[in-house]
Amino acid sequence: MKTSTKYIFGLLVVVAIFVLAIIVNPNAGFGGTDDLIRSIIQSINPNYRSWFASIFEPSPEMETLLFSLVAAAGAFVIGYFLGYMRARSKKQKEKD
Amino acid sequence: MHIAEGFLPLVWCVFWYLLAIPFVIWGARNVNRIYKDRPEQKLTLAVSGAFIFVLSSLKLPSVTGSSSHPTGTGLSAILYGPATTSLLSTIVLVFQALLLAHGGLTTLGADIFSMGVAGPAVGFFTFKLLRSMRVRTGIQVFAAVVLSDLVTYAVTALQLALAYPSAEGVQGSFVIFFGVFLVTQIPLAIAEGILFTIFFDYLSRSRPKLLAQQFGETK
Repeated sequence: MKTSTKYIFGLLVVVAIFVLAIIVNPNAGFGGTDDLIRSIIQSINPNYRSWFASIFEPSPEMETLLFSLVAAAGAFVIGYFLGYMRARSKKQKEKD
Repeated sequence: MHIAEGFLPLVWCVFWYLLAIPFVIWGARNVNRIYKDRPEQKLTLAVSGAFIFVLSSLKLPSVTGSSSHPTGTGLSAILYGPATTSLLSTIVLVFQALLLAHGGLTTLGADIFSMGVAGPAVGFFTFKLLRSMRVRTGIQVFAAVVLSDLVTYAVTALQLALAYPSAEGVQGSFVIFFGVFLVTQIPLAIAEGILFTIFFDYLSRSRPKLLAQQFGETK
């Protein structure tokens, strides 16, 4: 098998896992296990009170925006790297 | 794996901060040295950090009805070790704590320790061990990445269990907390493992010298 075929196959499996996760449970909240943990803590120790509140809490829309901004920034760097590598190997080939 | 703001008693906040800080300082020194002595590594370092940024902000739903996220620390752990990874994770975690109310300043030390230090350390040593045993590179990377992810969550569960022992003690609540994480985390860890195996394979084809230099395997 060609390397690129293997890569595409592997990436498809990754996508499939993510899509399956959504299909298996379409009504999943995006609150996260972190929030689930909070309620477990309350059931183990009902008297525990959070003693420090977040300094700044974004609205749900803002939160989505900020999350995607971070992901976009990261994806930009990864894309830059892949492009750099591609151009580099092309130049190398021209030299040879 | 972010522990919500204010949900660790003060003693534990201080304890995990004290454990995490030396690694972050060590990591800062490492990064400094990379910038000075091996500038050709800068780009790969940036990409390792970028993966942590992207993957740790991908929240995905799972069978339990809640969502979870990959950690993305595997690549950085393999290439640069746990100390450097703890520094990169700190950047991400501070951002998430301050702007996203995801995790918090009081729990930052605990989060840095689980995601930046403990998980990557296990991943790093797994990689080293498997590499010395000369198993296939793909397996080295996959195992290291999956363990980086799962151990991070195991440590978070331990941190919670230590602070909130149930009627059956620390062990009892560890099982509860880790159980919640594990169901959501196994598929994510596998996905993350495949992704990094592909990327590492690409890296070793396109920059073999760079990797050889990094692992001290130049002939």
